[in-house]
Amino acid sequence: MSLRPIGLSLALLLTTAPVFAQTAPVPPTVVPTEPRETIEGTLSNERTVIAIPSLATSSVQTVAGLRTDSLGRQIAEVIAADLERSGLYEPVGPGGVRAITRAEVQAPRFADWQARNAENVVHGFVDASGTGGLVVGCYLYDTALGSELVRKGFEIQPGDWRRAAHKCADAIYSRLSGEAPFFDSRVAYIAESGPKGNRIKRLAIMDSDGGNHRFITNGQSLAISPRFSPDYKKIVYVSYLNNRVRVFIYDIAAGSQKLVTESGNATFAPRWSPDGTQILYSMAVGGNTDIYRISANGGTPVRLTSTPGIDVGGSFSPDGRKIVFESDRSGSQQIYTMNIDGSNQQRISFGGGRAATPEWSPRGDLIAFTRMGGGEFRIGVMTPTGGSVRMLTNSWQDEAPTWSPNGRVIQFFRTTPGREGKSSLWQVDLTGVNLRRLPTPQDGSDPSWGPVLP
Amino acid sequence: MTIRKSTAMIAAITMLAVGACSKKAPETLPPVPEGTGTDTGAGTGTGVIPGSQEDFLASVGLEGDRIFFDFDQYNVDSADMATLQGQAQWLQRNPAVRVTLEGHADERGTRDYNIALGERRANAAKNYLASLGVDPSRISVISYGKERPAEIGSTEEAYAKNRRAVTVVIGR
Repeated sequence: MSLRPIGLSLALLLTTAPVFAQTAPVPPTVVPTEPRETIEGTLSNERTVIAIPSLATSSVQTVAGLRTDSLGRQIAEVIAADLERSGLYEPVGPGGVRAITRAEVQAPRFADWQARNAENVVHGFVDASGTGGLVVGCYLYDTALGSELVRKGFEIQPGDWRRAAHKCADAIYSRLSGEAPFFDSRVAYIAESGPKGNRIKRLAIMDSDGGNHRFITNGQSLAISPRFSPDYKKIVYVSYLNNRVRVFIYDIAAGSQKLVTESGNATFAPRWSPDGTQILYSMAVGGNTDIYRISANGGTPVRLTSTPGIDVGGSFSPDGRKIVFESDRSGSQQIYTMNIDGSNQQRISFGGGRAATPEWSPRGDLIAFTRMGGGEFRIGVMTPTGGSVRMLTNSWQDEAPTWSPNGRVIQFFRTTPGREGKSSLWQVDLTGVNLRRLPTPQDGSDPSWGPVLP
Repeated sequence: MTIRKSTAMIAAITMLAVGACSKKAPETLPPVPEGTGTDTGAGTGTGVIPGSQEDFLASVGLEGDRIFFDFDQYNVDSADMATLQGQAQWLQRNPAVRVTLEGHADERGTRDYNIALGERRANAAKNYLASLGVDPSRISVISYGKERPAEIGSTEEAYAKNRRAVTVVIGR
């Protein structure tokens, strides 16, 4: 994958924006759109309106089977969907707004967009690079001030056009919200199919919006609890290969996998350290489960817990110095923190019910977890010392939170009850208001959100 | 079938009872297997291969291949002991056979915890069989957590059937 940022200097723009040979404005190509998400939450009516017409092209060319004008429409759609999903913005377009010319990209007709009540407008272009690739540029403007707020340009392989769109959306989101970017990131999860008593569960990966979906394993062995390595090259997960429960590291480019550790015991619940050098896992010996840490390259594992109860799971703090995990040593599942050498184990979850599946935010300020009580599972957050507990969802069974790279959004999976119950992937922001379902080709569970792509 | 008491068994009961306490709520339990598997198993003259899974199931009777647990518990109670004694008798008649004990949980736990809980349940059953004289090296253990429910549904009845440890013949 290559996505090379380029500076959008005036000179470059002039060279990539030659005389307009087009005789008439290129009509927007109608691209079949699929439902992107289901809006469930109550939407705030304070969302900023952003107009996003299709990106323009200097001349319609076909690169690797993709027409530059069609891509201009599709990229605008991805940008609009990203911004809409953040819950902060109300995109207008590309459907229903007029197409822009290539010349307008740097000279917007601000009055037109103000007339559409848009506080901001996004313009951009998609051109053939002349070397088999594409050049994509995007600009964010303030319509009232008539000023440019941010610009981004990329030279990309044609197959990476979605990444360019996510990068543009990230630049817009960051400039307007002041938050770190997160759209240009990927999710590993488990695709589910088949009857509930004999479920087929496959490792699968996709972009943060569900795009570029790909199955990794074929479903012959039960697969659960995947986690992307921080460099996205590997996935650690649990496979029931040969009817054993073991943690494997799957190398995506090589298409091969290896055991994290050789053991006659069940190993499960794996997590990477933030720098990707260490793996945390749980191992059951004679019915007693404890947490271990091992180099991602193998070697001798270090046992971190030793209580008679179930100590399981675990997630590193972003500075790599602490681990949050769950234990039933108090009599029921609760959340604890410890140093990475296993010292200083302290319970942090109190209050009603059981607490499980803790995940440390990449910002370090919060821990997301699953609260079980009253027959329901809900997603909540609390501080690393257990304070300021807030529940973000309220459904029958919401489980296994995973953080967006910027620590503002949480994905999880939701199961519905009964014989026909389904599992699906959802996300919610820290307000608890912007709750969305993620599109997946089959049922989904165990999402794991990776960092912003390198 | 009669329930034989032994010192090993009593020791095992004491061991298993520690930490598990007596939180057993009234629950539908499988009937104690009866009327099957006296000496040679049900295989005789029925075409069932002695020592096979089919022979095992015929010997231990309806649901005699599994024991059931209370919510979030893993202690082996007296009904479970009777079931496992039936299994142990068959295993002693078929000393070359190896089995897997599958531990399972209902859907009201999180995924990783339920794998750990299934491990506890399968090991509790394994330890009890060992206390009855079954060589533990003949018994392997695997936990499926909540991945493989026996009864589909979100009712107490289904959950009770799913919190289980199942003995499966895997060969000689």
